Formats: sequence, C-alpha cells, structure tokens
Amino acid sequence: MPSPESRLRVSQDAGVTLVEFVDRNILDEANIQQIGEEISGIIETRPQPRLLISFANVDHLSSAALGTLITINNKVRNKGGQLRLANIDPQIYDVFVITRLNKLFNIHADTSAAMSSFQ
Amino acid sequence: MASPGPHSRFSARVGGTPASISEAAGQVMAIAEAHGYDKAARFAVRLAVEEALTNALRHGHKGLDPGTPVALDVEMLPDAMRIVVEDQGPGFDPAGVPDPTLDENLNRPCGRGLMLIRAYMTEVRHNQRGNRIEMTYQRPAP
Repeated sequence: MPSPESRLRVSQDAGVTLVEFVDRNILDEANIQQIGEEISGIIETRPQPRLLISFANVDHLSSAALGTLITINNKVRNKGGQLRLANIDPQIYDVFVITRLNKLFNIHADTSAAMSSFQ
Repeated sequence: MASPGPHSRFSARVGGTPASISEAAGQVMAIAEAHGYDKAARFAVRLAVEEALTNALRHGHKGLDPGTPVALDVEMLPDAMRIVVEDQGPGFDPAGVPDPTLDENLNRPCGRGLMLIRAYMTEVRHNQRGNRIEMTYQRPAP
C-alpha cells in the first residue's frame, strides 16, 4: 500500500487498479521518480496487472513524466497486463499528440470508458 | 532570485535541485500572468522553461558539480517573451538528438524535452557551442 506521503490515490474496482495523482503538476523530478516507483510496486504485486491511470487532477506535466509513463507501460506489457489512461485535460492531451504518444497509449475520455475497454 | 512582477526583465541563477526549477518556473509564470498571458500561453511557456532548465541541469551539467547553476534570463517584449537558458557545460549538437516521434523511438522514455520546446515556442535558437538556448514565444493576436 502507498505510504502516507504517497503522491497517488489507489483504489480497486472489478479487478482494475485505479491510480489518481495527488499533484496538479507532474513536473518535479523527485515527484515523478516517486510516482514511478509507487506504480512499479503496484505492477510487481500483480500477475497480469490491469491498471487505469486517471489524470483528472492534473493540469501540467513534463517530458520526464511522459518517460515514466512509457516505463510503466513497458512493465505492464512485460507482465501481460493492460494499461489505460483517462481524464486527460485537452492541453495535456495535445502533448501526447505532439509526441505521438497517443499512438502508444490506450487513452480514453473518462474512467467509465476506460473501465469498459479492459479485456 | 528577484521578486516577480510586471517588469520587463527577469534573471535568475537556477541550482541543481528540482525545487529550484519549479521555483524559477513559478517566477516566470507570475511575470507572464502579470503581463496578461492566458492559460494556454502560460502552459506553453512553463513547459518550455521547465524542459530547458531540466535539460541544462541533467544533460548540460553532467559531470559538473551538482550545485553548478544555470543562468535563466527572461525578457518581456511588446508582443512576445524571450527566454534564454545557458548552462556551463561543454554544449551539445541539437541536430544530433534523435526524433522521438519515429516509430522506433516511441518506446524510449527519454529525449522529448527539446522537441516539446520546439513545438510550443515560436522560435528556438542555439548558440554554436550548444550550451545556450534562446526561446521566443510570440503572443497570439487577440
């Protein structure tokens, strides 16, 4: 379970782990590293992780945060799991489009749509 | 650092901690807001400032003392912001940075900072040594 100083809110729903960010800005490298380590810990405890990351509280990110998401995606795939992203602010979604990472990630408009996309 | 406000120039020496990058970016945001830059403009400028400072401290200063500061200069022009970030490292060749949008590079976790700067800024220039980046954001016409 995350520590009291966790940068994440984690919950379970129908076999899916829902991860939400505490911070509005996912920029600070120390925060990003902590977020990456926490989510990696979640992935390691599940045989075929089904992970939904919600950006509902996020209004800024950085290329380092994108890098962490890519690492998370690779870890989930290596375990035969599934990763979904949802609730991305339009300005942040533009960053995914500019970097073409909207082609790499499975992105949904909201949590409900993402939940129903798991196989 | 100087206190932020609606002045036309701002300079800072940014140290090697993530907090110092956030603090400097926050100062620039306060200036941009004081000059009437809207949310989309501030998003673009913040991203560019954070990425340029991170690149300078993480890559430009690789091998240097961790406390070696990067110089940040911001100049407010009538319809634009000019932001200059200069590190004390040996410099790099911007043309040598792989295109992160190519299919074969999409899974690489690094190498997107410079392309995001180029995407969000109106004009980006490097000096010959490659240790100084000058970014201009032209304010969209009302």
